[in-house]
Amino acid sequence: MRRNVLPGLRLSLGVTLFYVGLIVVLPLAALVFKASSLGPEDYWRIVSSSRALASYRVTVLSALGATIFNLFFGLALAWVLTRYRFPGWRIVDAMVDLPFALPTAVAGIALTALFTTNGWFGSILADLGIKVAYTPLGIMIAMCFTSLPFIVRTVQPVLEDLDPALEEAAQSLGGSDWQIFRKVILPLLTPALLAGVSLSFARSLGEFGAIIFIAGNQPMSTEITALLVFIRLEEYDYQAAAAIASVLLIAAFVMLALTNWMQSRALRYTVKG
Amino acid sequence: MGATRTGRKPPRVGDQPLFRRMLIGIVLVIVALLIVAPLVVIGVEAFSKGWVVYRDTIIHPDTLHAIGLTVFAAIVAVPVNTAFGVAAAWSITKFDFWGRRFLLVVIEIPFSVSPIVAGVAYLFVYGLQGVFGPMLDEYGIKILFAIPGIILASMFVTAPFVARELIPLMQAQGRDLEEAATSLGASGWRTFFSVTLPNVKWALLYGVVLCNARVMGEFGAVSVVSGNIRGQTNTLPLHIELLYHDYQAAGAFAAASILALIAVFTIIAKVALERQGAGRVRRPALVTSPAEKAQ
Repeated sequence: MRRNVLPGLRLSLGVTLFYVGLIVVLPLAALVFKASSLGPEDYWRIVSSSRALASYRVTVLSALGATIFNLFFGLALAWVLTRYRFPGWRIVDAMVDLPFALPTAVAGIALTALFTTNGWFGSILADLGIKVAYTPLGIMIAMCFTSLPFIVRTVQPVLEDLDPALEEAAQSLGGSDWQIFRKVILPLLTPALLAGVSLSFARSLGEFGAIIFIAGNQPMSTEITALLVFIRLEEYDYQAAAAIASVLLIAAFVMLALTNWMQSRALRYTVKG
Repeated sequence: MGATRTGRKPPRVGDQPLFRRMLIGIVLVIVALLIVAPLVVIGVEAFSKGWVVYRDTIIHPDTLHAIGLTVFAAIVAVPVNTAFGVAAAWSITKFDFWGRRFLLVVIEIPFSVSPIVAGVAYLFVYGLQGVFGPMLDEYGIKILFAIPGIILASMFVTAPFVARELIPLMQAQGRDLEEAATSLGASGWRTFFSVTLPNVKWALLYGVVLCNARVMGEFGAVSVVSGNIRGQTNTLPLHIELLYHDYQAAGAFAAASILALIAVFTIIAKVALERQGAGRVRRPALVTSPAEKAQ
């Protein structure tokens, strides 16, 4: 390694470490400290209470459902945006980022207005006997909305960089479109798809603002884990809040590790010169 | 390749007109239902009780106070975050030190952590039941359920925004230009402002725009630490919730329409900056580039 002549390491690294320490590490350490100040038995009793378990169930299942929907829809959207040109595609491309730009509380009340039984979609669905608002289905739709851009935005650059020669070669060997998609294109997209899936799933697990308006928030059925933490706080049960929040934190770290691992695999395909 | 083949190219995979039309159709319908409809319904609901109710909600002192607080939080949090992002990008991309990649992962933690968890975590630092809370209380310093708490929580959720845009780009640009400038006698600041900054200005602005949108729209983390005191610690997103649960749906949507408008402007700015090349280089910072290995 050559000697570095640039100035400013001390200042920039000092500022960085101070800020990260104060803003990110200190609070999370305080949370872990608070949660660990409970004995193991108390901790286990809180995090495995039937209400907490029910909240994990609805959160994880809804997040799974939303992620699976986004896997298919995100891939289709990325495909359409890179492969096809139609009037207004640029606008659609820009709109994909709306779920990131729109504040979650705004998204929450908007989706609720659409899906309540007298809303635009809710009234039609109610005639079909489907209830969305205040059910787990509503939670899933809110999660679909907030995590939609992840898969589109991780898959899009890979699709753009795909070498047409690969498809041509497969075509000249007589492969049908479906065969080529499944055996040539899909394997190349898989790392990016997986990275997008893990980002999307992680975001859904922690989502709060968009969900609480549409969820109904009934304990044991439509109460997500993030809301249970909030409710424990409002009851001044700080230890329970710390314990359940630590479960969400652990889940986030697991997803972060998984995402980094998948992204380092996906990078082989996404690094641009 | 060249002129080895004449005549028509075979259609690419998925280019049959029927399939193509169907896929575009399905995707556009879902985009309309899932993305466009929520945006439209905000506008429709905001004016559902007429222009007067809309205007009265917006000019109500509580709404104006919420707008002011939201803008104030952004004015403080965004520049601080930008300075941090620049410092982080400079240290991580211009120097090699032990733990560099670990530091990168730590900076990105707020992306994966639920905003509620962030809020609770701040409670255990500055709250009365937290680490520093009792001490701060003795000195009469109020951080939680006050404006500093709101700003700190906003800083947490947006900590990676600017750094994430700058690091991959500055990594890709290398260190040669800066090294040339300093060897010609330019000071560190001069090197940064006249060599580095012009190369990364669009990416920097891109990060700032996204960071600003998130600070103004943050709900979960802020709702834990703000205490929701009407006319005092209510930011605009919190004010929306308050109106909504007060059965003032039209008012809630009126307030929401301001944030929706900010979101639309954010997207327009984002597209404009992407035309300048921002947001293109994504995340290669986590791998060591071949050039770097060769050094």
